[in-house]
Amino acid sequence: MLELKDISYYPEGEKNAEAILKEINLVLENNRFYVITGPNGGGKSSLAKIIMGIYRPSSGKIFLNGKEITDLSITERARLGIGYAFQQPPRFKGITVEKLLSLSCGCSTGSECLGAGCHYLYDVGLCPKDYEKREVNASLSGGELKRIEIATLLSREDLRIAVFDEPEAGIDLWSFNRLTEIFERIKQKKNLTTVVISHQERVLRLADEIILVANGRIQENEAQAAFLENIIDTCSCRKECQERV
Amino acid sequence: MDKLDREMLIKIADLHETPQGAYNIRKNGQGVERRSTANIEIRTKEDKPGIDIIVKPGTKGESVHIPVLITAEGLDDLVYNTFYIGEDADVLIVAGCGIHNPGQKKAQHNGVHTFYVGKRARLRYVEKHYGEGEGTGERILNPQTFLELEEGASAELEMVQIRGVDSTKRETKARLGKEAHILITEKVLTHGRQTAESEMEIELRGEAAVAQIISRSVVQEQSRQVFYPRMSGYCRCRGHVQCDAIIMDQATVRAIPEITAYHADAQLIHEAAIGRIAGEQLIKLMTLGLSEKEAEETILEGFLR
Ligand SMILES: Nc1ncnc2c1ncn2[C@@H]1O[C@H](COP(=O)(O)OP(=O)(O)OP(=O)(O)O)[C@@H](O)[C@H]1O
Ligand SMILES: [Mg+2]
Repeated sequence: MLELKDISYYPEGEKNAEAILKEINLVLENNRFYVITGPNGGGKSSLAKIIMGIYRPSSGKIFLNGKEITDLSITERARLGIGYAFQQPPRFKGITVEKLLSLSCGCSTGSECLGAGCHYLYDVGLCPKDYEKREVNASLSGGELKRIEIATLLSREDLRIAVFDEPEAGIDLWSFNRLTEIFERIKQKKNLTTVVISHQERVLRLADEIILVANGRIQENEAQAAFLENIIDTCSCRKECQERV
Repeated sequence: MDKLDREMLIKIADLHETPQGAYNIRKNGQGVERRSTANIEIRTKEDKPGIDIIVKPGTKGESVHIPVLITAEGLDDLVYNTFYIGEDADVLIVAGCGIHNPGQKKAQHNGVHTFYVGKRARLRYVEKHYGEGEGTGERILNPQTFLELEEGASAELEMVQIRGVDSTKRETKARLGKEAHILITEKVLTHGRQTAESEMEIELRGEAAVAQIISRSVVQEQSRQVFYPRMSGYCRCRGHVQCDAIIMDQATVRAIPEITAYHADAQLIHEAAIGRIAGEQLIKLMTLGLSEKEAEETILEGFLR
């Protein structure tokens, strides 16, 4: 169980800025499948980064199975089984797909886990033969990079909390079916809490619970329904903008 | 040869036993072992220190190993090696120098390599430089490499210096004839107070010649590197210079690429980038459970791969 208590987050070095996350209270139960949705800029990725330890909360505490992990580093959290697939994964010069997968599945040499690597590449719709030796550099297309990013999370044996940040972004329609199949399979996994940040209705439908994040807050149930309706109109100067159009 | 020699041979030439094919092993300023083959002859130069390596036309799939070992302090070794690669030949040449300086005085090796690559011949050249030693004596390597590529010839050079060499001044010059091809990859990692300077000059003289330079450098601690690649096009030709450097700690790095066209159909490009390791790369690897140090090493290892 992952618990966020009164988490607020201000961007580093910007004291007078508005909080990106405001007093977030959230409990993620073991073995459940959550989907986080909400308008662009609402704070979804920031929340995911708080969970992974990439952002440090300005106030509040985080607990994993009752133990406080607020001060643990990214590495320490990863070793406890927390994983995050980036919305915009970084590219690396000279690091092959095979190497990246061997790092994620936790064995030191590429050859040992080639089998596992292949398997996960296949799952995300990439032919292992074609991709294993490719570098995770600028030569990969956006969709290819995104799929490899998803594979790095799938390949982790020790994963207990998996956070996927808009996994469908950039993935073509045909492969999208496959992606939803993967999530259906993940749902069956024991000892895994899944959080998917998504704007896709079909992913939303897989959720045991939908979490709506907007304006840096988690919107409560009553607000959710109303908000989902108005989700397109997020501009605060709505009237002015409409008049201009 | 003793255990130390064998260990250094593994590091600089990946040699675990006596090499296949032709070879010449030089230690502390003298040739210690040599073998010529039916197609590759190695001869001692008569006018100056060094050897001539003559590869017969049409020789395919053979290799020449010419490692140099220095295990004594105070040595200043200068050697001239000249390679004649016959027409249509296809050879691999593995050079490299390992310095183990046990003392306080400097140990230095200056290798001057000249290659004549015949028509349609293909040369692959690998050179690794490595230094170690318990002494405080400086380890210095100053290689000079000159290449002359005839019509349709191609050369792929991989030159690597990773750690241990205190000071290096590299000079690489090539002249390309019609439809000749060259690819030079240079990888240098310096640390401590080491300095490395690399100058290159590529002349594209023949129609449809193609040249590519790829430089990857990592500068750590207080070390300094300067990279100065120059490329000139005298006819319809293509050239590409790419310098990429990762800078860390209090190091200094300069990249000064220069391209010159003497003909309207010369197509030359240079790219140069210097920066620290991208934070998001470190973060990504840390989310896989690597420590910051492990993540850094993984990124550098990939970068210099
Ligand atoms: N490091 C930062 N410094 C300053 N502002 C930031 C920083 N990180 C995020 N923000 C801001 O915080 C807000 C929330 O960003 P976040 O990336 O969490 O949104 P999101 O809900 O994931 O949006 P999207 O749907 O577009 O991915 C945005 O307005 C963003 O500009
Ligand atoms: Mg986001």
